[in-house]
Parts: sequence; structure tokens; C-alpha cells
Amino acid sequence: MLKWLNFPEWLPENVSTFGKGVDNLFVAIYWITSIAFLGVMITLIVFLIKYRYQEGRSAGYIHGNTTLEYVWTIATAVIVFGLAMFSLPQWNKIKFPSQFPGDPGAVVQVNGKQFNWDMTYPGPDGEWETDDDLQLENQLHVPVNEVVHIRLTSDDVIHSFFVPQLRLKQDALPGRFINVWFEATKPGTYEIPCAELCGFGHSGMLGYLTVHTEEDYEAWKSERWPDTETKGVNVE
Amino acid sequence: MNEHTQESHDHHHEESFVRKYIFSLDHKTIGKQFLIFGLIMFIVGGGLALLFRWQLAWPDRPLPIIGASQTYLEEGEVETAADRKWEERYDDDKDSWLETNMPSGIIDPNFYNSLFTMHATIMVFFVVVPLLVGAFGNFLIPLMIGTRDMAFPVLNMLSFWSNMLGTIIMIAGFFVPGGHAAAGWTGYAPLSSVPELSGVDWGQNLWCISLIVMGISSLMGSINYITTIINMRAPGMTWFRLPLAIWALFIVAILLLLAFPVVASALGLILFDRLAGTSFFSAEGGGDALLWQHLFWFFAHPEVYILILPGMGMASEMLPVFSRKPIFGYKSMVYAMIAIAFLSWIVWGHHMFQSGMNPALGMAFMTTTMLIAVPSAIKTFNWLGTLYRASIRFTVPMLNTLAFVSMFVIGGLSGIYMANSPVDIYIHDTYYIVAHIHYVVFGGSVFAIFGGVFYWFPKMFGRHMNEILGKIHFWISFIAFNGVFFPMHIIGVGGHMRRISNPTQYEFLQHMQWINVLITMFAFVLGAAQILLLINVFWSMFRGKVAEQNPWQATTLEWQAPTPVPHGNFGAIPHVYHGPYEYSVPGAESDWIPQTQPNGESLPDEPVPAGAAAD
Repeated sequence: MLKWLNFPEWLPENVSTFGKGVDNLFVAIYWITSIAFLGVMITLIVFLIKYRYQEGRSAGYIHGNTTLEYVWTIATAVIVFGLAMFSLPQWNKIKFPSQFPGDPGAVVQVNGKQFNWDMTYPGPDGEWETDDDLQLENQLHVPVNEVVHIRLTSDDVIHSFFVPQLRLKQDALPGRFINVWFEATKPGTYEIPCAELCGFGHSGMLGYLTVHTEEDYEAWKSERWPDTETKGVNVE
Repeated sequence: MNEHTQESHDHHHEESFVRKYIFSLDHKTIGKQFLIFGLIMFIVGGGLALLFRWQLAWPDRPLPIIGASQTYLEEGEVETAADRKWEERYDDDKDSWLETNMPSGIIDPNFYNSLFTMHATIMVFFVVVPLLVGAFGNFLIPLMIGTRDMAFPVLNMLSFWSNMLGTIIMIAGFFVPGGHAAAGWTGYAPLSSVPELSGVDWGQNLWCISLIVMGISSLMGSINYITTIINMRAPGMTWFRLPLAIWALFIVAILLLLAFPVVASALGLILFDRLAGTSFFSAEGGGDALLWQHLFWFFAHPEVYILILPGMGMASEMLPVFSRKPIFGYKSMVYAMIAIAFLSWIVWGHHMFQSGMNPALGMAFMTTTMLIAVPSAIKTFNWLGTLYRASIRFTVPMLNTLAFVSMFVIGGLSGIYMANSPVDIYIHDTYYIVAHIHYVVFGGSVFAIFGGVFYWFPKMFGRHMNEILGKIHFWISFIAFNGVFFPMHIIGVGGHMRRISNPTQYEFLQHMQWINVLITMFAFVLGAAQILLLINVFWSMFRGKVAEQNPWQATTLEWQAPTPVPHGNFGAIPHVYHGPYEYSVPGAESDWIPQTQPNGESLPDEPVPAGAAAD
């Protein structure tokens, strides 16, 4: 029963550097809302029992209480405004391109199209649309503990790039490139579902993120681009 | 004006059946028409939900009854039949409607999308708005402000019948080739604006046209409500003596009036894109997909408050009656509703945190959205304050009102998670938001409707609904509601995306599939319980216990009118002497003093401002 009420326990494992910050905010809100909920519910139930209709007892004639109303208005405002201010840095860190950590270990263009994710690697020259570009369907390979930059776009409708374990979600829009970053902290394979309704094949639109250890990633690269000396797949 | 109306109503004439029951100009009949319409559509919308809940619990298994189709019986094996249908999906010669949408009784993915699209569309535009704004708005406004009818009775009738026209267009969408709209009730472009991308042809067009017609219907209603409330209040009915339900409906009418034109133009742009070859929402033609989201949510966020504010108003009517106590903080309740209405215009971006709009906007919208918690909290605390030192009667309307308050608390608090943009990165477009919206609109608005129907039924139909049946319906609904929607928070936290038809396709969702089964089982119980409501409503209309004039001993004006309410509502227009919630006044003879009773010594003297009355 308690497991049902313990929301944070249901979060999937976090494997990104900024995911911990998201989870901490989640837990903070979980406690704030749980306390507020319990406070209201206990008061409600106590009132319902204590002030139920009883023969010979009449209700009070109370129109309000200005002091009390000011107190709970200001208290609520302070809590929610404080929460918003407290959360802003986390938002900026994840979503503001100007605050992205530089020197990425991999740069990949992710293209949503009905109903697949196309991953394009710029290749060793770091340039898009050259001969050494590599295009993979639904397979995203990145190194562990390195910053990864994603150029997100779509060919047709809006898709949403979602990796639950990275705590990352960003819509992919046709006609726009949206930059996203993450740094995975644990090697493994993770699913990349599409989180925005994109047509009759929406359910099952699924890619895979493979986070490699450093050696594995080098091996994967040299397997893909055997002729070139790989110096990290960098852009510009 | 009053004298004139008085005179015209004194000459009673027999009305034809058509004029009395079908094309009626009487606000009460129009209210009842909306009520019956809304309840029927409630069953339709709920039925659609049960279909897709089956698919979510037991993906790609044939539906009961429908699943025993000829193909299934002949081939005996489901997969092959389904695969064949999948290959044939673009062929023109389909067997039948059933075989197209549910081949072998299995819900086709596109039909699945239509189902949840239409579930939401019907519930929002054809159930909750018609019930709260159409039924209760029409019935209550003239009665509660003490006038004889709406300002524009013909407009009022047109409002209902254009609503019916919109319904026919919307239902027709199910039966056109290509199926009904399948882009979600939010209709995100370009999925909705380019036919090739969804495979939906006229379904989406009819969806747009129907919503425009429905919007026109709402506009006619809202113009009527605003005019009536401003101009036709009974003498002495000052703004701060208005019942809170009227305040809520007044604010909602203003929101409707301002919000609807925005979405109407957006829907028009979609139609242009689809039919005239423009590209407002297509990047390759120079358009922008995000334009639709901005226009839509600029309308749809106020729309969400349109769905909840009348429920808040109605709860604020029932709570004092069954607490036998004045509402706590009347004025702060009014200001809170005005604040919610104002804030609703500057928070639409919180639906778009992950949409690709400039992240700097995310900061602004997070802050404004968080602020909505303030007026919401004020209202909740005031409801609690009303219960303090009350004398609570646990009648059916009161039980539903208490459910409204507590479920709204959950819905409000769960909203804080999404309002917080970093947390929203993870839970956006998961079942967490599905849980949230249902706690607000079902747990909130629909329980307020259940309570409101039971509470005002004696005034509407002159008969009581059955108390025992009402309690059984309430408890089953309340428990099953929580059984359906509380676990959605949990699978949402687990990352379960909304709008997917087959969760078993995803490795990371496998361990939660049993919760989907549980939700579906509760959903069937919840659906079945609504049959009790329908039986209670329609049986009581003809066979219920005959009601007296003021069975709940309430103070507001509608209960001072005779039952059944005659054409023209009141014998003489009542005069209002004080606020609407004078219960348990010390020294008074009874524990309620109607608004029409002049101030005795027991009530503090309140001057009646000149010019406040209708003239």
C-alpha cells in the first residue's frame, strides 16, 4: 500500500548527470504536496466527524477571518513562488543552449519520421552532409561520461524524443533544429520512445540508445569508419 | 422593463408542443434540454473510453462481443486476420465499418487514436461544457438573480440547436471514409493539418467544423449570460449579493467570449491548410507547427478553467446549505475566481515547455502557472473554513460536493509537478497528466455535476431523485474513480507515455502492465455505475417523490420560486435584502434567512446602494 503512495520509488533508474536534479525537485514537490494534502485531508475528516449534524447543536455564524485568509494566501504564494525560483537553474541547465556544456564527445542529428528515429553522425570530419556521414535507423550510440549534443528535427509531424532514464524529453519539430544535450553515467541500452502523438504508428515508434564504455565506443567508431583515424566525432 | 415583462407574462397562452418542449424559449426548458443532452453524451464519451481501456489492458486481444466477428470465427486465429487488415489499410474496398475499425474485433491503431481523440472532445465540448454552462447556467442564472428569463430567449434557443447541429456533424465524423479525427483533442498540427500524414480525411475536417459550430453555440450562450447578469438582477441584488455559482458562470461566460474566437480562427486555418492548400502549419510552405499550439492553448487553458469554475461555484452553493453555515470568505472566493480567470490568459505556455519554444518562455510560464496555486488554495481553505463549526448533513449533493473538494485538492496539487518545468521534462506527455486532468475535470467538475443534478433536480422537475440510489451511485463512482485515476499517477511516474495503444511494446513499461489491467477493471465498474445515475434521473423525472418548494431550506432566490417553476419564474419579482448565505444567524427563528426576507434585527444592516437593482 505504501508503495502506491511513494511516487519517487516508481521513477526508473536515473543514468544522466542532470537527472539527479530533476529527481530531487520531484521529491521536493512530492513532500510539499504530500504534506499539504495530508494537512487538508486530516482537517477535512476531523471537521466532517466533529461538526456532523447533531441534535441540539447549531452551526456557528462565521463569515470569514481576514487575518487567517491573509496568512494562507501569503504562505501559499511564498511557497509556490519560492519553488519556481528554486527550480529555474535546473531548467536553464537542461534546456538553455547557451548553458550547454561544451566539448561534446559525440554530436548526432536525430530525425523523427513516421515511425522511426533516424540518427545521423557527421563522421570524423565533423561536417554534416559529407560522404563520411553515417545514418542509422533507431540506433543511437554514445560514449559514457561524455557530453552528447543532439540536433533534433523531424521530417513530417511533431515527434518527441524521450529517454526516461535520462530524464530527457524534447519535441522534434519539422523545419526546426532544436539542440539537446545529455551526459549518460551508466553503460547500457535504453529505449527511446516517441512521446508525442505522431499518427497510427505512434505506439511502437521506438529507438535504442546504447551507452558504451570508452573502449567499446572507440571500437564501435573504428568499426564504422575503419579508414579514418578517429579523433572524436566533433562538429566544426 | 420589469413591469413590461410582468404584463406580458400575465397573459398566459397555451403553447404548442413544439414551442414548449422542442424549440422552447424558456430558459428552464433549454437548461433541461442541455442536461439530458449532456447526460446522453456522457455515456457516449464514457463508452469510447471503455473501448480503448480494453486495448490498453489486453493489447491486440479481440473485444468481447464485437470480437466474436465473422472473420475471427472463420479463421480462428487473431494475428493473421489483424495482419491482413494492416496490409489492406489503404485499400478502398473495406468490408464494413466494424471490420475497418476493429478488424477481427481488435481495435485498429488509427481507430484507437480516433477513440481517445473523440473521448476527450466529447467529454470537454459535449458533456462538461453543456452540462455546467448550458444546463446549470441556463437554469440557474435567471432564477438565482431573480428575473423572468434570459435577456435574449431566441438566442438562447439557437444556442441549444446549434449545439445539436455541431453534435450531428461531430458524430457523422465516425462514419466517413478514413475514420474520425485522430490527432488528439489538442489536434496538434501538422498531424491534423496535412491529411497525408494521418490518413484521416473528412473526419478531421468535420471535427474542425463541428467545433466551430459548438463555439458559436457557446458564444450565443455567453453573450446571453453576460447581458442577463449585468442588466437583469432583481432589485437589491448587488454584485456582492450574487450567489457564487452566478459569479462563476459570469466569469466563465467572459472567458468563453474571449477565448473562443482565437480557436475558431485556428480551426479555420487548419481547414484552409487541409482544403485550400495553404500552409499555415507546414514548415515546407513557410508555416510553423508551433503556431497552432500557441493559438490552441491560448484558448484551451481558459477552457480548462471554464470546465472547473462553474463546478467551484456550484460546490460553493451546496456546501453552505448542507453545513447550515455562511460560506467562509465570500469576497475572497469572488476575487479568487477573478484571479484564476485572469491568470488563465497568461499560463498557456506551460503546455508547451517541451514543445521547442524558446526555453526563456518556460521560465516565465512556470512562474505564472505556479501563481495559480494561490487562488486555488484560497478557495480550498475557504471551503474547509465553511465546514468549521458547521452542522453537516451528509446528503447525496453534500457527499458529491465533498468529493469535489477533496478530488480537486489532489488535482490541484498534482498540477504543481507539471507546472515545475524541470520536472515536467520527465512527466510531460505521460499518464501523470492524464491523471491530473481527470482529477480536475472528473473528480472536480463531474462530481460537482452529480451533486448539482441531485440538488437542483427538485426545482427542475418538481420531484426528488432517489436518495438511496444516489448514495449507491456516489460511493461506487467515488471508489471506482480513484481506482481508475490514482494508479495513472504511478504509471505516469514510471514513464508510461499517453496516447500509446500498446504499452507492452516497451521494455521499460512491462513491469507496470498489471496496473493497466487494474485501471481497466475499475473503469468498467465506473462506467457501469453511471447506468444507476441515468436510471435515477429518468425514473425520478416521472416517478420521484414530489418535491416541495424549498426542500433543502436554502436561502437563494431559486428556492423562493414556486415548484414547479411557472413560465416567468416568479409571481412578483423578488426584492433582495442581503447576501446569499445567511444560515444559522444567531437569534433568528429558523437557521436560514432567504435573500427575500428583509433584514431583521438579527442581521447586520446593509445599505442597498442606489442603482444596484435592475432597472
